[in-house]
Amino acid sequence: MLSTIVKRLAVGVVLLWVVSTVVFLALQLVPGDPARTILTGTGATPSEAAIEQLREQLGLNLPMWEQYARFMGQLLTGSLGESLRNGQDVTALIGQRLPRTLELVIATTLVSVVLGVALGASAARRGGWLDRALTLGTSFGVAVPAYVAAVVLVYVFGVQLQWLPSGGYVAFATDPIENLRSLILPTIALSIGFTAIVARMTRTSVLSVGEQDWVRTGRAVGLTQRQVFSRHVLRNSLTPVLSVTGLQMGALLGGTVIVERVFSWPGLSALLVDSVSNRDYPVVQGVVLVIAALFVLLNIVVDIVYGFLDPRGRD
Amino acid sequence: MMRETANTAVLEARSLSVGFIQDEGATSWVTQDVSFTVAAGETLAIVGESGSGKTVTAMSVLDLLPGNAVRRGEILFRGEDLVSAPAERLRRTRGQDIAMVFQEPMTAFNPVYSIGRQIADAIRSHQAISRKAAMERAVELLQLVGIPEPERRVRSFPHQLSGGQRQRAMIAMAIACRPSVLIADEPTTALDVTVQKEILQLLRRLQRELSMAIVLITHDMGVVAEMADRVIVMRAGEVVERAEVHELFAHPTHPYTRALLDAVPRIDSVAPDPVRETTPTGAMALEVTDLHVRYRGPWGRPGFLAVQDVSFAIPQGRMLGLVGESGSGKSTIGRAIVGLAPIESGQVRVNGRELNTAASRQPAEVRREYAMVFQDPASSLNPRMSIGDSIAEPLVVHRRRSSDKERRARVAELLDMVELPKDWSGRFPHELSGGQRQRIGIARALALEPTLLIADEPTSALDVSVQAAVLRILQELQERLGFSCLFISHDLAVVELLADQVAVLQHGRLVESGPTAQVLREPREDYTRRLVEAAPVPDPVVQRRRVGRPPQGTALTG
Repeated sequence: MLSTIVKRLAVGVVLLWVVSTVVFLALQLVPGDPARTILTGTGATPSEAAIEQLREQLGLNLPMWEQYARFMGQLLTGSLGESLRNGQDVTALIGQRLPRTLELVIATTLVSVVLGVALGASAARRGGWLDRALTLGTSFGVAVPAYVAAVVLVYVFGVQLQWLPSGGYVAFATDPIENLRSLILPTIALSIGFTAIVARMTRTSVLSVGEQDWVRTGRAVGLTQRQVFSRHVLRNSLTPVLSVTGLQMGALLGGTVIVERVFSWPGLSALLVDSVSNRDYPVVQGVVLVIAALFVLLNIVVDIVYGFLDPRGRD
Repeated sequence: MMRETANTAVLEARSLSVGFIQDEGATSWVTQDVSFTVAAGETLAIVGESGSGKTVTAMSVLDLLPGNAVRRGEILFRGEDLVSAPAERLRRTRGQDIAMVFQEPMTAFNPVYSIGRQIADAIRSHQAISRKAAMERAVELLQLVGIPEPERRVRSFPHQLSGGQRQRAMIAMAIACRPSVLIADEPTTALDVTVQKEILQLLRRLQRELSMAIVLITHDMGVVAEMADRVIVMRAGEVVERAEVHELFAHPTHPYTRALLDAVPRIDSVAPDPVRETTPTGAMALEVTDLHVRYRGPWGRPGFLAVQDVSFAIPQGRMLGLVGESGSGKSTIGRAIVGLAPIESGQVRVNGRELNTAASRQPAEVRREYAMVFQDPASSLNPRMSIGDSIAEPLVVHRRRSSDKERRARVAELLDMVELPKDWSGRFPHELSGGQRQRIGIARALALEPTLLIADEPTSALDVSVQAAVLRILQELQERLGFSCLFISHDLAVVELLADQVAVLQHGRLVESGPTAQVLREPREDYTRRLVEAAPVPDPVVQRRRVGRPPQGTALTG
């Protein structure tokens, strides 16, 4: 198991190098000049000389391979560089934004997995109207885009009922209650689709595991119905649920952008979009790398949990 | 003492019928008025072919059938009816009074828990003891069923045990609460014969020690002959005959029982055929020399060496039986010959032509020389193609009989050869029975008039009566068309019936080969002898002598 993790980490490092290179090259292809964009942003029409001076200052006039070497050199020393726009340290910038997005991703995953497994399992076990209602409900849940749900939630609970803040972010350290209150609506918006997918996967999985021979064995040795369900059906049903959860979490890491926008949630995705439109290369590179690294870590965690759920995967 | 309890039935079924509620709400009954009794220390065998209702009957005793099943009649355990018993009473009966052993020990255990944990759970559902105490009891039970190193094995997961050990563990779980009745549903069908022999011995020993009643569900007349005191024969949901075991084999009264017994090939029944064995041999149809087959491991590294140093030859028009237990490499050899498994070294010659390349790179005229019949006719026929199209496919691929009319005529001819109606070519595989599908498999293999037929366990998925018909057809066609045949099988009796020569494999190596009668009657090698001795003979007198059981045992009448 340990050697598998070490192997996966090594592969992850190679993957991160590939990702960083691809991002670097992709940004070289993007039309537009960061120096010009930065200077235009101040309102005045910049002179060509000023632009050239800024390009030199930022190292943009160097040949591509030299820029790449600088970039990689920085990475190896653990630095992600500075923002072209305001000179802020990229690591610090990400360090500030990342916890906000992680808070959203973790809250969404918790809600979706707990709710989705409970719904899917009870629909499969009870059958009948509950099952039909769930099938209908999850079709709806999968079909509704998170941003539509977000807008509706803001309108109903934020604007009309005024129960919850319709946007904004308050740090947990500043005001824990307000932080959690502001977390509720974006979490619901992101959880609708996620819950529906988990519920469907759980339902299908519970139904197929329920037909396995060992479930009959469990009944034959005299376990109660509840024991048979929890030990021999539900536990074995969780492996596909885990795979789906891993994929969905990965998608959330970079996919919360619209919801972050709607709720004015200053997270990582919002930072990524802003820096792309600003041609703020170091920030884009930094954010993408961090997301990729999280993705790699997430996969390793999923593998470890997988081995825990199914001993056949451990060897 | 023994005699007193023996005469009273521990378990009795009275007019038991089992049905399934269909989607439309109607009930379709799959068994009708099945009655039986079994007493302590006694073994009752319920025998039948697929669809006879024997497994459904066994499962209905503890209500282990799917939710839409309904039962009618009475199941009495020590006089108490289980059909009308409340759920909690039934739950306490399960495992405590009546226990089950299932056919497939791999899937009967949950793969995510250790076997010790599963045995401990079973104990704890009837006894208020700590998990630790239950685990200690599990170790004792594993020891009792003969699993080596029980302290270590108790922590093993099902996939870490061999098939035989898994079934032993299953039996350990079943006897954990010292049940009065053990229902064993085809307990040895998924196992090799040498393992089967040990498991049957184990069941008999435990039965003696615990004076259990055993209800043994099986299709195997050899197992019945060895184990049963009394037998009921089921067909299409009904009991057609019930008798004491010696009586059943000596004087079967129902025509179905007679047909069933006649259909079972016996390893000691065929007289050696001097003509078959002494006819001078002509050219060789298949020559395999120093064959090594190695599967590829991950990232192209050399993987498992499945076959090593195997050589044999089949003269033209003859049949060679390749026998061995699971994992012996017998199927791999068949696949390697036709280019479906990677040959590491060695030679394969068909009619003197070397074919050591993958099937896809062999020239068409070479590929026409051989054909293959597969084990499972259900999955080796494309369900979306009519059987006529399936049979004609090789003709199309090899551009033989290019006009539609010619092809149709050939398909009709082939259907006729395998004794199916000529006008069935428009039917689909799901409309056919297993035996009919396997005949289609044979017809398809013969479409291009191959000189070599490779049949890989062609009848092991079939019932005995169906097997007999398919084997007869195969034998007659071979005599008529004169093709050579490599017959791969685990069943020595079937091989003895058909093959001129036998090659015995173990762990990918050739143990012994030679004329059938010599190898199977006077085996030179110890392994061959064990294999022959382990195959049960469908005759209670002979079989009980072979396994060293006293002739009448504690058998009862009634």
